Amino acid sequence: MTLGKHARRILLGGIALGMLASSPAFAGELTFWTWRQEDKATYQEIFKDFTAKNPDITVKVEPLPDNTYPTQVATGLAAGKGADVIQTHAYGWLEQFVKANYFEPLDKTNVPNLANFGPDALSALSFRGDGKVYSLPYATMTLGLFVNKDVFEKAGLTPPTTWDEFITVSKALKEKGIIPLANGLGTSWFNEMFVSAFTGPFLGPDFAAKLSKGETTYKDPLYAGALSRLLELRDYMPPNFEGVDYETAGQLFLTGRAAMLAGGSFDIANYRQLNPAINMDFIAPPAKQAGDPPRPSTFFDGGYAVNAASPNKADALKLVNWMGSPEFGNKFSNMLGNISPIQGVDIKDPILHHVADMNKTSMPHLNVVYFRFAKPTGSELIQANITKMMSGEIKPEQVGAAMTDGIATWFEPFKGK
Amino acid sequence: MERRSNTGFPSRRSLWIAFLLAPATIIMLAFVVWPLLSAFQLSFYRFDGLKPGEFVWFENFYKVLFQWPFAEATYNALWHNVVVFFTLMVLENGVALLIAYALLKEMPAHRVHQVIIFLPVVLSAVIVGFLWKLLLHPLFGAVNAALGLFGIMGPAWLGNESTALGSIVFANIWHWIGFPTLVLLAGMQRISREVLEAARLDGAGDWTILTRIVWPLIAPSVTIVTILTFIGAFNWFELPFVMADMEGSPAHSTDVLALYFYRTAFGSITSGIQDFGQGSALAVLMFILVAVITFFALRFLRSREIEI
Repeated sequence: MTLGKHARRILLGGIALGMLASSPAFAGELTFWTWRQEDKATYQEIFKDFTAKNPDITVKVEPLPDNTYPTQVATGLAAGKGADVIQTHAYGWLEQFVKANYFEPLDKTNVPNLANFGPDALSALSFRGDGKVYSLPYATMTLGLFVNKDVFEKAGLTPPTTWDEFITVSKALKEKGIIPLANGLGTSWFNEMFVSAFTGPFLGPDFAAKLSKGETTYKDPLYAGALSRLLELRDYMPPNFEGVDYETAGQLFLTGRAAMLAGGSFDIANYRQLNPAINMDFIAPPAKQAGDPPRPSTFFDGGYAVNAASPNKADALKLVNWMGSPEFGNKFSNMLGNISPIQGVDIKDPILHHVADMNKTSMPHLNVVYFRFAKPTGSELIQANITKMMSGEIKPEQVGAAMTDGIATWFEPFKGK
Repeated sequence: MERRSNTGFPSRRSLWIAFLLAPATIIMLAFVVWPLLSAFQLSFYRFDGLKPGEFVWFENFYKVLFQWPFAEATYNALWHNVVVFFTLMVLENGVALLIAYALLKEMPAHRVHQVIIFLPVVLSAVIVGFLWKLLLHPLFGAVNAALGLFGIMGPAWLGNESTALGSIVFANIWHWIGFPTLVLLAGMQRISREVLEAARLDGAGDWTILTRIVWPLIAPSVTIVTILTFIGAFNWFELPFVMADMEGSPAHSTDVLALYFYRTAFGSITSGIQDFGQGSALAVLMFILVAVITFFALRFLRSREIEI
């Protein structure tokens, strides 16, 4: 019957198409998923060193779009089609995958190079439930202040080190028609970094430690005091700063229209690429008073995990172990412009070297490190409330109260406080 | 009608019909019915991580409807959907009605205008979102530059809680106004010319003709436009997503149900936490809301339609 023939052809065509769409990696070829599209070529270059040492294993880098990365990774893993090695974020992001048993636990027997990491780095990529490491840490991110040295030089000013200096310098820059601080509030996640960068030096690591145990909360007057400093910054931010987003802030800074930008060390390489002529530095955010140690906020951005269902698990573990070696760490830091947490890495770039030094007295990026494990996350709460505070709708104390009450819905030590 | 052959087997004709219907049916089952049923199922499970855990009956529904702070976010988003619907009904469809009537009168260059008005409809929402984001840029945008010519400093349209939602609705109107215009115009063109001419001979002006003759006679078109606007407003996602990000920034002032559902179910850069259970509960509630209201609205609107 004609119909039967048609149906059979369509069916066969469909099966062929399905087979094509899900073509597996070749034997000896590992797949690597990352959300960093811009790093694809560099990773491919770095992985050549691994293949040189392990001639029977090649690595195929497959970047996925960053804004849908968690969804795509989750869907891929659920369907049993995940890559062998997967770049992950840290903290709560990682935990939800671990709870679903998607990643292989790492220890010093299957990944001996875990010995090259400090306890903070390993704990950021561990599951709180069993204390095991599930992803090999790759970068420490630092929140601080970008300064355009040429703009400062032309204005006859010196980059500030304390809050008072920051205000004085900002006034002088504004009088000269230069936007002192490029930041706006148009991008939620960047707003949280803006808050962390400037409030960190007023809070300090002791507050962070107490907060993490619930010995204090965001209702602490210290927190409201630190937040109220941000209100002073409104005079030195771009006109219409409420709508200035992350990209615009970067443009203002890179074109020299703004002198400073509170941001992350992850943009050092990016900004250099966008404006190779820029003469910039990345310094600690303004200290509470002269003589205080530098207090940038830091967090571990993520790691490399092994897909628990990978048919090439032994090779994948071999690759991840190599990614924990100083050889990889050196390449990573010097080619991708980020600070590798691998001990013994020699960071050649002078700015990154300086950032690595600052990190010795850093404090944690509070909400990312402590309060991103359940909804509502501390990040969601600060991002929505900070725009309200900066527009004058609510007071710093109300921000602290809203955050404490929100987090208390899932974080026992905050309950009833 | 021949349904079965004498042998009791389905005839070639019914098989052929079944074959023609099969692709659409399979696509509907796979991409509409199956996800819908899955969402119903998942909404009854607690998610701790990415896999369904304990069966918890209506806990997820309770959380998104009654438990702070999730309920607050749900009603905030729902309220914005309601505001968007009524604003679109009045501004988009109201203006579309006037434009359609103007086009009906076949004034000079009406064909060119018809094309111009419909043109943005063919653009994707993502392109329109980016375009308007640039036009409304707080520092370099054309809108504020134009206002600057008159000595007015325009606000951060998308950065202020008071202007953000309105700006996105405006972009939506610019994008979609051609569609209701075309539907309403088609409805008007079905009205007999004799009726309109008779009214004119009796001395009726444009306003009387539009409100007393055209409006009642285009009821079927109004039904379609109203229902589509309702469904569109309650499933509104692309424009706020592109223009105000997944968080409904600033401070959730542009949050709508679809955005809230999306970031609850799939997580965002901000939160990094996914909750398919709570997300599915929101999706189910959205489905029920849209389906029930559409059903009753259709019954009501159909009842006032007149056969021409």
